[in-house]
Amino acid sequence: MTTNIDTHGRGAGPVLDIEHLKVTFATDTGDVYAVKDVSLEVNPGEVVAIVGESGSGKTVTAKTILGLLPETALSSGAVLINGNNVISVSPSKLREIRGRDVAMVFQEPSTALNPVFTVGWQIAEGIRAHAGRGGSGRVNAKDAKARAIEALRKVGIPDPETRVNYYPHQFSGGQKQRVVIAAALALNPGLIVADEPTTALDVTVQAEILELLRDLRDQYGTSIVLITHNMGVVADLADRVVVMYQGDVVEEASARTLFAEPKQEYTKKLLAAVPHLGRNSASEGLLERAHQGGKVLVEARGLTIEYPGRLGSPAFKAVDGVDFTLSEGEVFGLVGESGSGKTTIGRAIAGLNKTTGGSLKVLDYEMLNLKERTFKPLRKEIGFVFQDPAASFNPQLTIGDCIAEPLIIHSKPTPAQARQRTRELLESVQLPASYAERFPHELSGGQRQRASLARALILNPKLLIADEPTSALDVSVQAKVLELFKEIQAEFGFACLFISHDLAVVDILAHWVGVLYKGKMVEQGLGNQVMGNPQHGYTRKLIASLPVPDPDEQARRRAEFRAVLHS
Amino acid sequence: MSIEPSIAAENRRAPWYRRLPVVSHFNKSVGLQRGMLVAGLVLTAVFLLTAIFAPLIAPYGFSQISAADGSFPAQEAPGGKHLMGTTVGGYDVFSRVVWGAQTAVLVIVVAVLMSIFIGVALGLVSGYIGGWLDRILVVIADAVYAFPSLLVAIVMAIVISGGRSSLWGGILAAAISITVVFIPQYFRVIRAETIRLKAEPFVESAKVVGASNIRIMSRHIFKNATRTLPLIFTLNASEAILTLAGLGFLGFGIEPTSAAEWGFDLNKALADTTSGIWWTGVFPGLAIVLTVLGLTLVGESINDLNDPRLRGRRAASAGKGGPDSTTAAQAAIAAEVSSS
Repeated sequence: MTTNIDTHGRGAGPVLDIEHLKVTFATDTGDVYAVKDVSLEVNPGEVVAIVGESGSGKTVTAKTILGLLPETALSSGAVLINGNNVISVSPSKLREIRGRDVAMVFQEPSTALNPVFTVGWQIAEGIRAHAGRGGSGRVNAKDAKARAIEALRKVGIPDPETRVNYYPHQFSGGQKQRVVIAAALALNPGLIVADEPTTALDVTVQAEILELLRDLRDQYGTSIVLITHNMGVVADLADRVVVMYQGDVVEEASARTLFAEPKQEYTKKLLAAVPHLGRNSASEGLLERAHQGGKVLVEARGLTIEYPGRLGSPAFKAVDGVDFTLSEGEVFGLVGESGSGKTTIGRAIAGLNKTTGGSLKVLDYEMLNLKERTFKPLRKEIGFVFQDPAASFNPQLTIGDCIAEPLIIHSKPTPAQARQRTRELLESVQLPASYAERFPHELSGGQRQRASLARALILNPKLLIADEPTSALDVSVQAKVLELFKEIQAEFGFACLFISHDLAVVDILAHWVGVLYKGKMVEQGLGNQVMGNPQHGYTRKLIASLPVPDPDEQARRRAEFRAVLHS
Repeated sequence: MSIEPSIAAENRRAPWYRRLPVVSHFNKSVGLQRGMLVAGLVLTAVFLLTAIFAPLIAPYGFSQISAADGSFPAQEAPGGKHLMGTTVGGYDVFSRVVWGAQTAVLVIVVAVLMSIFIGVALGLVSGYIGGWLDRILVVIADAVYAFPSLLVAIVMAIVISGGRSSLWGGILAAAISITVVFIPQYFRVIRAETIRLKAEPFVESAKVVGASNIRIMSRHIFKNATRTLPLIFTLNASEAILTLAGLGFLGFGIEPTSAAEWGFDLNKALADTTSGIWWTGVFPGLAIVLTVLGLTLVGESINDLNDPRLRGRRAASAGKGGPDSTTAAQAAIAAEVSSS
């Protein structure tokens, strides 16, 4: 396919020009001003990143560009795409603009694709929808398919002639995102709006998608509006950065300038909160594994956990012969991508999953053939912090009741004692004691996760399992929670299994780090050694894929690790 | 979408009476939806008040065929001493319609209460424990579904009271037969909710801290699983009236000497229609229609209002798009950022 970049009169002015955009939502609790006054421009061939935390209005801004706001929203201002104001054009004109001038890449590729149609059909749908316009007449099925194959080839799907007939479930997550991008590219739009395009993907896949987006820009001159909360992704891809906070643009600068010398207080704080691999490492200065004198609390020997397969298909081995130990007072960081079995191990230690082979001893209790009745007394020694703080509290109980629950179950205190202890715990996690009266939905994500920590610690457990405790939080909140976590761990001295997909986060907390890959423990060692001098090929790839929040360093790393990534 | 509607703005809860099912729905509603809800509430209120104050409203007893000044005339047209006329047996139609409301309320209350208790308990246990118990209960529930509900009700009426009736015998017979039909509905709803909730992290977190199954079911799942009940309650109440009327119409209801029952009166009015006597059928029929309509309107409105996608909202006020009006939310977010 010949690349005709200038088909839609592009080249001169900006591709996208947003002027004084305001968006208001009508909700039950009154109007919410999601976007207050946003103006920005995107030039041809430019990657503009809109960054901000949840609630900053970045996604709403992105949706406005395609006219995808719900009925309850009211927008004013101007969003000009090639001279058309998206806010005021007629619905039919808007349909014409979508796909031809601007296309969208969604966050979750598995839900953005329709499972009952082949990917070729879905890519061709956009082509057919626009065929009637502009005098070109109908596109026959053969041509549409040829163009779908072309689009798939562009995004680097191997053997596109065959795979154009595949259904979405036959692709991996990263490939699905490539298909979504291919669908966006089908009509060669001048602008792609990518809303968190890599958030749902593993870090190694993220690196590939980022590279693909960069290639698209370099080869076809496509402009990209990149919505993300990940500063590493911004540093990797963006030319210009727009920082949003509570519906306003706080700062706008070229990527290099923004990371080097942020002007606004908020931007400085945001950048400082981003965990940076190799800085502030918990294992800094350690030469050998600490805390080995104490009792061993968790010991896994050849631990295997299988999920039964469906009738006729073999069982799925989530964890395959893993060995590790966790001693008193130690923080063990378990790193891996989705599907690596890290959460399964954490849940098995808490008795939520059954082990199927090998040996897993938790506080000297053999978890193979676990009996709930005999394990129950040990439960008070184990705390668990869940990933999603919003879902891990009973919405019908107050925070105080939720925190006191373990205490009430195990030691039957008087109400006054329970209240007293709850107050103490709330204090340790730096929440006001009055929050005990509130309901979970009345707290913010960070506050809920602190309350969750308080609940896990109320019985003074010897062992704490934290399953991705910060991955649902905004980066500035994450930094505060991690800091608190570190302090409390030092104060209470519990052993902790810290599970995360984020190497940088694990490095801040964990003394000893284990890397899981497809159910196998491929490497374990001191945090600084694993991060600084990885031995296993997979660990190297993992570290190479992690974008650092610094454009210059990231560019250098990109060049340096290209070889590793393509191995 | 990354809009988290200002957590702190709704920090203080509304007083308890504003959080009651119907009241909170009323406050949430606008426009046509509010109109529907109000119409339903008015009809339902009239129905309930009539039932409660039946002894004061009705000029005569439900089985009264004579007063101090002699027997009532048979089949008298509406007007004069008998507001809605009299039946062939000499009953006062107006009095029977009013007393009929009382019977209907009693049947609804007994039937729906029994089916809620049994259905919720079975649904919780079945959904939470699962396994063979769950499978058996689901099969039984499906089997009950397979019967035409009126047929089950008839069988039940025969089994329970031998087809005869006293006031409570009749009410219980009708109520229990309705219960049998309704239990599977409550069972299904609660079971589905329980299975969904069982996988929620807060239930797992209760498991991790060592809560017993009974505690998890009663404290953590029960309250979260029963939030749709007011909706099913109102919708089933109207269905209960129809089933009761159907039973009465077929002759399995309550004898006119023990209580008034709209379905029975309709049955007796059948013969009248051909001779141009409309009042014996129209008024009990109207009572059934209006009551069912009222309850259904309330139920459907609650259903729509519970779903944010179906709920109508006031449009966002245009023009004054300033940040001032969200001061509280802004302050809260700012505080969160600086403190956390």
